[in-house]
Amino acid sequence: MFKSIIKSAVVVASLALATSAIAKDKIRVGISPEAYPPFTSLNAKNQWEGFEIDLLAALCKQMDADCKIVSIAWDGLIPALNGKKIDMIFNSMSITDERKKVIDFSDKYYNSPAEIIGTKDAPNVTVVDNPDGKGGKIANPADLKGKTIGVQTATIHADYAAKYFKDATVKVYDTADNHNADLVAGRIDYALLDSVAADDFVKANAAKGIGAKLIVPADPIFGVGAGAGLRKNDTKLKDKINAAIKAVRASGEYDAIAKKYFTFNIYGD
Amino acid sequence: MDESLALFIEIVPTLLAAVPVTLILTFLSAIIGNTLALPVAVGSLSPHFYLRYPSLFYIFVMRGTPLLAQTYLIYYGLGEFFPGTWVQKSFLWPYLRDGFWYAIFAFSLNTAGYTGEILRGAIMAVPKGEIEAARAFGFSSALIFWRVTLPRAIQICLPTMTGETILLLKATSLASLITVWEVMGTARQIQKVTFRVYEPLIAAGILYILMVFVLTRLMMIVERRINRHRLAPA
Repeated sequence: MFKSIIKSAVVVASLALATSAIAKDKIRVGISPEAYPPFTSLNAKNQWEGFEIDLLAALCKQMDADCKIVSIAWDGLIPALNGKKIDMIFNSMSITDERKKVIDFSDKYYNSPAEIIGTKDAPNVTVVDNPDGKGGKIANPADLKGKTIGVQTATIHADYAAKYFKDATVKVYDTADNHNADLVAGRIDYALLDSVAADDFVKANAAKGIGAKLIVPADPIFGVGAGAGLRKNDTKLKDKINAAIKAVRASGEYDAIAKKYFTFNIYGD
Repeated sequence: MDESLALFIEIVPTLLAAVPVTLILTFLSAIIGNTLALPVAVGSLSPHFYLRYPSLFYIFVMRGTPLLAQTYLIYYGLGEFFPGTWVQKSFLWPYLRDGFWYAIFAFSLNTAGYTGEILRGAIMAVPKGEIEAARAFGFSSALIFWRVTLPRAIQICLPTMTGETILLLKATSLASLITVWEVMGTARQIQKVTFRVYEPLIAAGILYILMVFVLTRLMMIVERRINRHRLAPA
């Protein structure tokens, strides 16, 4: 009897040791509180929800890691990552060369195209060959000549508009919400933004005449998609998250989550 | 450090290009706002309740709500009324779709609230003896106001108004919210593109200090000129 008590005590103690030895990795994940439905947003109960939140949970389960979301304003995410206040950014951050100068990225975990939406009076936008002659296609700048087009500052969409829409008035807004409000007000004719965000906005404002005008063809400016932002030397976490992305893609878990939010292939091809 | 310095040199021209926007916003709003402050101040001192209460209420609202909210409401709030109306076809539309005029409008109204209250206090602080002296000379009430009360009130509150204008200069940084990219907004744009936090802020800070320095110098000249009769002969 006494022996068995000792025995079980030893078992319990060793178990406790074992679990502490393989304590879960703690990963602090930075997400900005600015709502970006259906990817990331805080609901009325102040809980995170959206496609990226569900995907993050699946990835963390796959990595057997203890992930904690830290809310940091969008502008502060990269400084916070490099300042080691967080370990990873999981906030629809497009993988771009500019950003790659300061941080590293995981493989893409989704890639949605850009879209041009416009007011009732604005005609559809067509597609032409890219004048650089590399065989790519672009939104036809001639269609936007003399028009006003809204973009959010410091986005791939702002870069695209600045590069190709030289004959249009490109109006730069601090947030996408604000150019959407001005589109409804008719102060701008078009807005260039991510197709997912555009989709929701068009659905909500169809009665006001807002409509989709063009799904913009892929372009090097748009990059390869969104990836998790990581510190440059953090290869350990990079390998883990890339393996986890592969695993949830293969297991069908990714598609199950995506189906909850999107009718189209959000991963891209 | 070298990297910081290089970035510094790279961004200063971009920020300098935004300086005129900040200055024009400040000066136009200061001129319009301080002009509007006069009826607000006079109204708030009126013996008639139908002039006094609206003026006091105006001061209360303008000082009681954030300028950020005012700017946002004036630009995006008014925008809600335009779709499908004659306004969009009118000759005014090119102005009404431009955030600049809304910024001027919002900053002017706000300034009128603050300086209105300052001017009210200054008018009350004009020595009674001076007004009585004017009356003894047979000045009419209107003449007393324009020739004695108001000039004296402006003398009294000018240093405070300089302070208000400095605050206004810095408050114009809210204009980037409505697509008017002044110095601070441009600095934040650079932050987002370069992912550098401090260099754009420090560069913008230096530009603001320079602008405030010039502004205070100018106002000092105005103050000396207005109070020249009270200064010791040179």
